Amino acid sequence: MAELRINWDKVAKAREASSAIADDVVDRLSRFTTVTVERSIARLYGIDGVDAYDVPLSNVVVDHLQEKGVLGEGIAYWLAQGVLSTGLSPQALAEGVARGEIELQRFEKADPYLCSLWAKEQAEKALGRIRANRKFREKKIRQFGERPSPLLYAIVATGNIYEDMVQAKAAARQGADVIAVIRTTGQSLLDYVPYGATTEGFGGTMATQENFRLMRAALDEAGDELGRYVRLCNYCSGLCMPEIAVMGAFERLDVMLNDALYGILFRDINMQRTLIDQSFSRMVNGAAGIIINTGEDNYLTTSDAWEEAHTVLASQFINEQFALRAGMAEEQMGLGHAFEMTPGMKNSFVFELAQAQMARQIFPDAPLKYMPPTKHMTGNIFRGHIQDALFNMVTVLTNQRFLLLGMMTEAIHTPHISDRALAIENAQYMKRALADFASEIEFREGGIMEQRADDVLTQALSLLESIRADSLFHAIEMGRFAGIKRRREGGKGLDGVTAKGEHYDNPFVGLFLSEQKEGMAV
Amino acid sequence: MRSCMNQRGNQDDAMAGDRLRPYGDTMNDGRVQVSFTLPIPDGDRAVEAAKEIVLSMGLTNPVVAWHESLDKDFTFFVAYGSHEKGIDYSKVKVQSVDVPVMSMEETDRMIRERFGRKLRVIGASTGTDAHTVGIDAIMNMKGYAGHYGLERYEMIDALNLGSQVLNEDFIREAVAFDADVLLVSQTVTQKDVHINNITQLVELLEAESLRARFLLIIGGPRVTHELAKELGCDAGFGPGKYADDVASYFVTELDKRRESNTGR
Ligand code: B12
Repeated sequence: MAELRINWDKVAKAREASSAIADDVVDRLSRFTTVTVERSIARLYGIDGVDAYDVPLSNVVVDHLQEKGVLGEGIAYWLAQGVLSTGLSPQALAEGVARGEIELQRFEKADPYLCSLWAKEQAEKALGRIRANRKFREKKIRQFGERPSPLLYAIVATGNIYEDMVQAKAAARQGADVIAVIRTTGQSLLDYVPYGATTEGFGGTMATQENFRLMRAALDEAGDELGRYVRLCNYCSGLCMPEIAVMGAFERLDVMLNDALYGILFRDINMQRTLIDQSFSRMVNGAAGIIINTGEDNYLTTSDAWEEAHTVLASQFINEQFALRAGMAEEQMGLGHAFEMTPGMKNSFVFELAQAQMARQIFPDAPLKYMPPTKHMTGNIFRGHIQDALFNMVTVLTNQRFLLLGMMTEAIHTPHISDRALAIENAQYMKRALADFASEIEFREGGIMEQRADDVLTQALSLLESIRADSLFHAIEMGRFAGIKRRREGGKGLDGVTAKGEHYDNPFVGLFLSEQKEGMAV
Repeated sequence: MRSCMNQRGNQDDAMAGDRLRPYGDTMNDGRVQVSFTLPIPDGDRAVEAAKEIVLSMGLTNPVVAWHESLDKDFTFFVAYGSHEKGIDYSKVKVQSVDVPVMSMEETDRMIRERFGRKLRVIGASTGTDAHTVGIDAIMNMKGYAGHYGLERYEMIDALNLGSQVLNEDFIREAVAFDADVLLVSQTVTQKDVHINNITQLVELLEAESLRARFLLIIGGPRVTHELAKELGCDAGFGPGKYADDVASYFVTELDKRRESNTGR
């Protein structure tokens, strides 16, 4: 493989700065929990279903504790008290709360130590379920053999899960390795996860546990028929980030979008809320063997790809540190970047190639997610197909792990079945035609590609150092990423942040962290 | 028989030389290319079905140039045909905003002279839509493609609420701001969500008897002036339109309305 000469000293300094940035965030937020972290724990303890008004029971119990002003002790504590006092299961307790028959805060007889024993024991059961899914995935991949890079990643987004299944199976048969079901507009701002199979959505489909299950079954069916494991991707992002991570772990998703910064910048979700949520989500993802996808590529949809390339790299460094703190292995960090320079620019391909290669070398074990052109895609679908071909070339030459298939109709609609087929054909052609090209070339020492990589790295380093001097919060307030400013106390969801009380306990944190260590050792 | 005569009549029209037809490589050859997918397995029958689809589009001499199975029950086609019938170009009407475009300085001067106060403009990407690049292109200081945004205009007070603003909240803010002009951006169009959202906004404004109080302008990649009018808005702007186009329109229009109100 051709390699760029990179100043590793700068890389080390960038990592050091990012590490300090992440420590500072973790430090400031570790005293808090959120309603959705608590709802995730409720789900992990088996609370499922909805009440008579379609409100998920996980919301019912958490809202109930918040109303009584005792959520700070954590749902694990109250469920333990409830179970130890009544002998009922968490689900039965939640149903009782929904019917207005049970008030959890009234049970506080058991010794907190006994509560934490119960909490830990039950948590291990939940972990067992997640572990079984991970093992099943590993077994299937061993059975069929791992797919070579780049994995072809296709999006389905009809709004109707049953239609999505048809499209997804078709895409798998055409050669897609990963199917991502895009979420409908508006879901990221819902402070609950809708329930059941859904058939209506705009620009995407609801992420519900039943939809996950249906799609998983459809892809398993297609995969068995094709003799390969077809990966499923969805989004644990927005206000319900960790809950959706739990649903993904339960239904054996393989890849999940997960990025607090994306929610802060592009959905105006409160930064404190979502950074706390992200931390627990990544622990869940990590234990489930799910690869996360981060969203820094999106910065270039509002900022210029040439001027602001370094913000993407800086964000990758920060995301790497957050993931490490959640116990994640490098192999699960699908850091994002993108091919978004304007086609009107001279040497745009050369510079894109340089940047993609740089990212590949700086994060050698991370399964990078490389995004196709979107911003400069137009109604000229014919030119669009060429833009996508250039993108595919860069992806293959730099051996990215995830090749997000670019659609020539990007500027028009969410993909039609033929758009996807043509996109897969395009990518497969480049994969074949350029198979051994990268090992036949070298980059000119000190040439424009090495210079470009060094410029981006240098700028990223200086941005990271300035963020370190203040804080990530301040950097976001100043609009350092994507040119979008967000206030620390602003945005949606801050009212869901609660200080932890004296009995607060989340036994899953310890379990998930050690599960990840063991998972890595295997 | 009547229907027969009609058909003949149409054919006669089609033969007339003044009709507009697509151009391939020879004037009036009418050549058109289309591509589509049919939910049937690939094969001879599929190709025949595709030909009939092309014929039923009003195209003649159909040629299926390419067919390919996308999945067991889906086949993709690339086809050609001729649009012999053509259309009468002289009858083509287009609704567009017909106002001379002024520079930022000219617009500011006109506001100063004709209104003697700043005009208040409020904008947002509404409903569940999170796309802001379009509304920012029109409103932000920096503007877009070399056209400064409304925030830079001296005589305009521009308030950009950003994205995912519910119609109800948008109206409340507009009243509180005492806006003259409402700007609404809609990017996501799947299942006509933009149409439903704008319709709801217009209905809400009407229900609160506020519709006449504001000039309502919408924009986005699939928005045309015609669509905007149809939905009960005052104007619509699509791709390739910038702050100067929009400002010229609303200043001219508000001035016209002011004049007719004062009865001058
Ligand atoms: C950038 C982008 C994003 C960014 C948006 C960042 C941001 N802050 O805006 C991000 C990555 C966040 C994003 C997210 C999504 N996106 Co998007 N996105 C795009 C993209 C690439 C470009 C859009 C853009 O910025 N255009 C540039 C601006 C300047 O153009 P414009 O909006 O047309 O504006 C001009 C005119 O229309 C006019 N105008 C616009 N608004 C107004 C308003 C007024 C009042 C006036 C006068 C004029 C005016 O003036 C502007 C200048 O000329 C398009 C694909 C493409 N290439 O078009 C997809 C696209 C729009 N996105 C799409 C989708 C589906 C989504 C998601 C729903 C995906 C998902 N399921 O998560 C989410 C959005 C979630 C939500 N709640 O809305 C689809 C929409 C499909 C459809 N037709 O319904 C597209 C077409 C991509 C696709 N093919 O799937 N997206």
